[in-house]
Amino acid sequence: MMILDADRLSITFGGVRALDGVSIAIESGQVFSIIGPNGSGKTTLFNLVSGIYTPNDGSIRFAGEIVTGLPPDQLARRGLSRTFQNLQIFSRMSVLENAMVGRHRHERTGVLADLLHLPSVARQNEATREAAHKALARVGLGDAGERPAGSLAYGALKRLEMARALASDPKLLLLDEPAAGCNPVETQEIDGVIRSIVKDGITIVLVEHDMRLVMNISDRVHVLANGRTLTEGTPEQVRSNTAVIQAYLGVHGSKEAVRAFD
Amino acid sequence: MPAIVVAVIVITLPLFFPSAYYYRIGALVFIFALAVVGLNLLMGFAGQVSLGHAGFLGIGAYSVAIGPIHFGAPSWLCLFAGAILSGAVAFLVGRPILRLKGHYLAVATLGLGLLVAIVLTNEAGWTGGPDGMSVPRLVLFDWSLRGADTWYWIAGTTFVGGFVLALNLMGSPTGRALQAIHDSEIAALVLGIDVARKKLTIFIISAMYASVAGSYLALFNGYITPDAAGFLRSIELVAMVVLGGMGSIVGSLVGAAVLVVLPQALTIFHEYEQALLGLIIMVFMIFLRRGIVPSIAAAFAGRRK
Repeated sequence: MMILDADRLSITFGGVRALDGVSIAIESGQVFSIIGPNGSGKTTLFNLVSGIYTPNDGSIRFAGEIVTGLPPDQLARRGLSRTFQNLQIFSRMSVLENAMVGRHRHERTGVLADLLHLPSVARQNEATREAAHKALARVGLGDAGERPAGSLAYGALKRLEMARALASDPKLLLLDEPAAGCNPVETQEIDGVIRSIVKDGITIVLVEHDMRLVMNISDRVHVLANGRTLTEGTPEQVRSNTAVIQAYLGVHGSKEAVRAFD
Repeated sequence: MPAIVVAVIVITLPLFFPSAYYYRIGALVFIFALAVVGLNLLMGFAGQVSLGHAGFLGIGAYSVAIGPIHFGAPSWLCLFAGAILSGAVAFLVGRPILRLKGHYLAVATLGLGLLVAIVLTNEAGWTGGPDGMSVPRLVLFDWSLRGADTWYWIAGTTFVGGFVLALNLMGSPTGRALQAIHDSEIAALVLGIDVARKKLTIFIISAMYASVAGSYLALFNGYITPDAAGFLRSIELVAMVVLGGMGSIVGSLVGAAVLVVLPQALTIFHEYEQALLGLIIMVFMIFLRRGIVPSIAAAFAGRRK
């Protein structure tokens, strides 16, 4: 079953075609990676799929429904969650509270009940706290719940964003450069977290520059260059595609490029 | 816990009052603190500034003046009607202006406050114009509520109630969503939070807090002028929030207390009163930059480690 089917997406910013007729179709349960040089449109594609931008052309189908043009919060309520390349942490809140916000789409109390702290709110808080705690434990932050989110190290913040998105029990999780700026140990941790998420049947879309991570973990790799699709295939197919190597380093750098992909 | 401490403060404070005059100051502190708690929910928690909140104070104040005088309605009913009217105005105005951010929102809310003040000034047939109007006393069960000590208890009790509601809200799903919006609207959105609706909700709630405080102020003083809704009042409320501590509900009480009590205490300096007040506020902000309560709390937490 296709969990996400984006058909010929295009978007223009001030006359520049940031994305031009890009289609992606993602099978449920896969790890689907999007790679490409800087400025090739990877994050733009993420912003279209998560509803932050509306495409000028094309359509998006998520879990069988047309969702083109829906705002991010409505997509989130249907089970589409994401993280951000430049962290978007709730830094005034504790680590646990960050993950608790992730549960928002499952919370059912109204504002009057919240003001009066009715018993339903206490029960809701308890359920939310428990689920948030589980999400934190999955990314290895189970002991950090009471710490202010702002006090975590960079790699831990990356994992906190993943925990927050996971707490929402998404069907599809978009990870925007989860390993960017991480050292090899942190990258290894993130690799492990992604694998455990996939095991639970959550589909992953990954934008990432760390080729080792991408090639290790992906079922399919989609390559963008200058806002268009260059190719798509299994990691092996993409690795040996000369057009991909050229797009990254130009013709002359192809030897180094080949090494980078190994 | 903090609610119990505040309740104990309200109950025991009069034991230290040397004269009836202090009841009056106490009542004013709690009335302003009520409005400041509401504004702090909006500013400190949800991160949305309002430079026109005295507009809602004015709506509440004139509701308990105009209702009884022009329509013969009971004051308590007008108090509720005023709160609902304030909520309705916040709903109508909030939808378009809460899309704005930062300074733009500040200027838009400033306009709202000015608008209310000008309407109150110009509609002299209803409001008495710039000279204001007298406000009939609140009568409950044939008992006319007057006197500073009576109002001390009314305002104190209501403040504790408003305090508890605010704490409840902050520890709830809605409260977490609001705090999330403050830190990152985009992250709140992708987690399924309807940001526009949540902002509107808290704007309405905070308008109703201000409205009730305004009604109390009018009923307590027995007289009201458009200054209650004026720009300076709005700024005073914002100063109370920031001075006490953004996002600190206890800080709202402290901020209101400092800015109500200080001008009274400084009257002995005659013409230098205002200058000294300004100087003291500056010193507070320089040394306790996160506001009185959060800064002191952080200092204590640091010492314990």
